[in-house]
Amino acid sequence: MSILARHKILEKNASLLLVFSFLVVTIGGIVQITPLFYLENTIEKVEGVRPYTPLELAGRDVYVREGCYVCHSQMIRPMRDEVERYGHYSLAAESMYDHPFQWGSKRTGPDLARVGGRYSDEWHVDHLTDPQSVVPESIMPKYAFLKDRVIGTDTIAQRLRTDAMVGVPYDDAMIAAAAEDFRAQANPDADAAGLGERYPGAQQRNFDRQPQLTEMDALVAYLQVLGTMVDFSTFEPDAAR
Amino acid sequence: MAEDKDKPETGAPGEDDRIGLERQAADSEHAAKLAGDIPPRTAPDRPAAPKKRARGRHGVIAHEVPSTGHEWDGITEYDNPMPRWWLWTFYATIVWAVFYVIAYPAIPLVNGATRGLLGTTNRQQVAAEIERFDQANAAIQTRLASVELSEIPNDPELVNYATNAGGAVFRTWCAQCHGSGAAGARGYPNLLDNDWLWGGTLEDIHLTLQHGIRDPNDPDTRYSEMPRFGRDGLLERPQIQQVVDYVLSLSDLPHDAASAAEGAVVYAENCAACHAEDGSGDRTQGAPNLADAVWLYGSEPETLNRIITEGPYGVMPAWASRLDEADIRAVSTYVHGLGGGE
Repeated sequence: MSILARHKILEKNASLLLVFSFLVVTIGGIVQITPLFYLENTIEKVEGVRPYTPLELAGRDVYVREGCYVCHSQMIRPMRDEVERYGHYSLAAESMYDHPFQWGSKRTGPDLARVGGRYSDEWHVDHLTDPQSVVPESIMPKYAFLKDRVIGTDTIAQRLRTDAMVGVPYDDAMIAAAAEDFRAQANPDADAAGLGERYPGAQQRNFDRQPQLTEMDALVAYLQVLGTMVDFSTFEPDAAR
Repeated sequence: MAEDKDKPETGAPGEDDRIGLERQAADSEHAAKLAGDIPPRTAPDRPAAPKKRARGRHGVIAHEVPSTGHEWDGITEYDNPMPRWWLWTFYATIVWAVFYVIAYPAIPLVNGATRGLLGTTNRQQVAAEIERFDQANAAIQTRLASVELSEIPNDPELVNYATNAGGAVFRTWCAQCHGSGAAGARGYPNLLDNDWLWGGTLEDIHLTLQHGIRDPNDPDTRYSEMPRFGRDGLLERPQIQQVVDYVLSLSDLPHDAASAAEGAVVYAENCAACHAEDGSGDRTQGAPNLADAVWLYGSEPETLNRIITEGPYGVMPAWASRLDEADIRAVSTYVHGLGGGE
């Protein structure tokens, strides 16, 4: 009972209580969170996942800015109904270059984790311009203004460097060629050898079929790469995870 | 000092100032108590009174509950126990947690976490669940994927299954463009009518579904591209307007007859190779019939003008990499049976 008597000291001393509460929370964090960073159960190396191209990264910024994550999740859970509807369940490695990740917590609209390649670029442009023109029952707002917002390459290299700082493996060559890759991906006539070398499997075309490079290009490029990096025809999930 | 502050600044309280006097009295009592003049209230460590039953309001028996002995400024605490159902539920969850930790993956160790005696994982569970449903349909799915495509319409059981399964596939993967009722949208073909861009036989539909139309990621995709007559400077603006009038004349829509006559010449030189002399189109290259009443993008002169100027470029994704063969055949059968199938 003496330990309970000593507990009174904590109860009567607010600062001490704060210190010890912090201690308890810290221990909880070490037990619950830290193992996720080293346990073999939780770290799965997956082939094919690459950093986003500069254009995709810019599109991702548009996605975040417009709050798409408020209505769309990017997280297919391992359940039959979700796998049947959206495709293979999401792997942790697929969002390892997302800062922050876009898993979301609410599905007013459908999950977008594997929307890449599911619809044509034209559909995305039509749908973002006026969602009800293709899906009459949709309640999604219109994003037609994205077609008019021309984006330049002033900040894209810095944008890559920022992601590199938090651990995305953009090397110096990628950062140096950021502006070039940014323009090349949206221009079907550009020389894409460098782009394809730096970002294997990057899709190169004029996404919104307009001459100028707009936020619509960037957003569609981002949507079209979502969930397509891992080749699930060869991927063998380790069932023990 | 504190007492000084509490006094009103207008002066010492008079005999009429009852509030002030009472406060003073309370303050002095409190000060005396702090100094230990007043003995603490009775029974801090023992129950204040033995359990006593008394009849309360509404006939409910009220228990006189003992005190815990805790006291704050004269306020004591009843020693009420937790409700018994709550306490037992709480103990049960503790016991449950012990079994859970043993049975399921739980405790992080040095290299990995414990896997649990049951050996379950989410991945195994979902794989087993999918396998269970696949098994239920395995026989007919295999038959659907293996018979000759042309044989499917002659097998009522297959048609029945494929139409239902294909409807589910359609609503999941196709409805976003072609509409949940398959009536299409502007730029996305209506699948209910008998007007087909690339052919409406079961084989044609099946091939379109497998490889898509102008899919940039499928080398075997159906491909054709209408030139951008305006943007690439192949035709002058007046010529485009003439062709628009001619095309409108093919299906008896309001048009300028003189302009259409000029347009016939331009049409014969630039458009007839794909859309045919009479405008009936060519399915081998997905060139639509211009002489009927079905319009993919609309029949307004401005729309036709825009299409000829900028060139249409409808894309349908290839599905062979996403859906298995049985599902593709099911949705082919479904679309074929919607009414326009040939």
